[in-house]
Amino acid sequence: MLYREAGQFKTTYGADQQIFPILQDRLFVLAVIAAAVLVVPLFATQYLYTEILIPFLILSLAAIGLNILVGYCGQVSLGTGGFMAVGAYAAYNLGLRVPELNNLVIVFLFGGLMSAAVGILFGLPSLRIKGFYLAVATLASQFFLDWLFARVKWLTNYTPSGSVAVGETSAFGWKIDTPAERYLFILAFVVVATVVAKNLVRGHIGRSWMAIRDMDIAAEIIGFRPLRTKLSAFAVSSFFIGIAGAMWGFLRLGSWEPLAFDINRSFQILFMVIIGGLGSLLGSFLGAAFIVLTPILLNQMPGWLGVGMSTALISHLEFMVFGAMIIFFLIVEPHGLARLWSIAKEKLRLWPFPH
Amino acid sequence: MLGPFLETLIGGLLTGVLYSLVALGFVLIFKASGVFNFAQGAMVLFAALTLARLTGEIDGREVHLANFVIAAAILGTALAFVGWYAWREYMARGGGPAERNRMAVLAVVGAVIGGAVAWFYGKGSWPLWVALPATAAIMGVLAYAIERLVLRHLVNQEGIILFMATLGIAYFLDGFGQTLWGSDIYKIDLGLPKAPIFLFEDVFPGGLLVEPGDLVAALIAGLLVVVLAIFFQKTRIGRALRAVADDHAAAQSVGIPLNTIWLIVWTVSGFVALAAGVIWGAKLGVQFSISLIALKALPVLILGGFTSVPGAIVGGLIIGAGEKLSEVFLAPILVRQFDLAGGGIENWFAYMLALIFLLFRPQGLFGERIIERV
Repeated sequence: MLYREAGQFKTTYGADQQIFPILQDRLFVLAVIAAAVLVVPLFATQYLYTEILIPFLILSLAAIGLNILVGYCGQVSLGTGGFMAVGAYAAYNLGLRVPELNNLVIVFLFGGLMSAAVGILFGLPSLRIKGFYLAVATLASQFFLDWLFARVKWLTNYTPSGSVAVGETSAFGWKIDTPAERYLFILAFVVVATVVAKNLVRGHIGRSWMAIRDMDIAAEIIGFRPLRTKLSAFAVSSFFIGIAGAMWGFLRLGSWEPLAFDINRSFQILFMVIIGGLGSLLGSFLGAAFIVLTPILLNQMPGWLGVGMSTALISHLEFMVFGAMIIFFLIVEPHGLARLWSIAKEKLRLWPFPH
Repeated sequence: MLGPFLETLIGGLLTGVLYSLVALGFVLIFKASGVFNFAQGAMVLFAALTLARLTGEIDGREVHLANFVIAAAILGTALAFVGWYAWREYMARGGGPAERNRMAVLAVVGAVIGGAVAWFYGKGSWPLWVALPATAAIMGVLAYAIERLVLRHLVNQEGIILFMATLGIAYFLDGFGQTLWGSDIYKIDLGLPKAPIFLFEDVFPGGLLVEPGDLVAALIAGLLVVVLAIFFQKTRIGRALRAVADDHAAAQSVGIPLNTIWLIVWTVSGFVALAAGVIWGAKLGVQFSISLIALKALPVLILGGFTSVPGAIVGGLIIGAGEKLSEVFLAPILVRQFDLAGGGIENWFAYMLALIFLLFRPQGLFGERIIERV
């Protein structure tokens, strides 16, 4: 009854092309953002920030990046962790070597740009290799980048252990120290990035990506250049992923070693994209929430049930249940959580008078 | 110079044979069902763990019996849930009594095998000739469960969804195997001689060092390939498998039951996983890292082509040899030139090698030519 677009007339092209054409959607999104900015800091604890909210936001951003590549452009990539590492290490090195630029916004953008450059490089084979051959080929980037950051001493500033630690984190004179500040900073970044991504995917460039995804030869024939389209998808996707990687290093971990961005990270983010929904930005958020929350819940479950188990056993059971849940979700709704959400929205439109 | 080179080459080729074995399992499944089965590594681990625990010493089993119960409880809940789902679907479709009987028979067979293994497991270590068929039977049940519970519900989905599902299976199997059998490092003892053999001692100073275990592995792999080749070329089922691989719809229309074929394929690749697991386990010990060899088999796959059995073998040999040679001869040069903190380039070298091959032949060395039409 409440969720209905009846009576909302569009009188300008601008109004017709808004991101959320329905007033209720606009209000809802604004309310969510307002709540995230104003209400959450009122009650959030340190645990909530560092273990749930910050990972959720950062990984959502990475999932958006990967979704652009896999969901919108149809190029399956298993190298996400490597690109995140590029972003993190590029940001670290810029902050370290050019102290005047040690501003989080600048180093993050630099990390994103470097990652985009590397993404273009490793995207080149996609012009020739397709499908699962490409997916496996992107693993080359993952392993190569892992190796690079573990072995090239210059990149880690010759630290003996190979792990790097960031110093002061500040942006434009704002020292970002407490979890709440980090959270707000990341939130701002993610909101802006999401708006950018949304506008990209609904514009000309996004349509060219989708054309390539749906049938690349047909897209080529109607005039989309595969070189430019595919590489732009790789670049934009890696840019977002690189920023997410830099954030993960700077604001989530503080100090890290290459293992933080290994292949499991790639799979984790791919899971988010698939579980959330391919080709849906909302899905990236839902998938990230699912993948971040599930292991935490599974980990806490034996404690709540009052069953004493060894940590090894808990971690094995976690693997088991996690795998089973992924299969279950794929069987129930292969198009992801975003699809469930849109079904719910359709139902809501008719509710409570379905006829 | 030639001596060490040949020694590295032979060591690499023998390791490559093991990669081939894992890649073979991938190829079988991809050929027959188009599923990119990421769970192959997990299947290798599961098979190796099962065999190692069945043949192993008895101490420490009591601890794992508790785990057994927990795993069984969780599995039982999951199975009941899925069973209910399947039953509802079956009722909705109005399937005949034949299907019902088949479901019942298979459920009973699975329960009997599981129960027998669980019962005799507590009694003591099993001789290899009992444990090996038992593990093979378990892999068969596993293949059936995967086909029935996962793949059948995902028919006609896109490749990436199926790939994700096999990732889920991989997670599940990793967790399940270790819950069931524990996560310590176990040994599989095949009773092979351990002392290295020296070949061509009169040609090279010191001769060429070869591990006998590796030779046996190569023999087993070769035997397996021959058996598979005969199976594919000469038997009725093999012919059906090739028909399905060529064209699902056409095969189905001439009366080849797809589900049965997939079951057979998954069972066969379960056996291949068992062979790979036994050999790897005997060589390196059974531990979690075995499931990561799937990642080593992937470049073999793209190099040889996803759909080619000989490709898996040749690709494995190339990758194995290339990896070892690069590590021994290229890595020190890189380390010296760029002041690196150690070599370890074998992790990515195989992928780069495969990538370079792919740029020239996008379908792999032996893959079927990709013909694209609008």
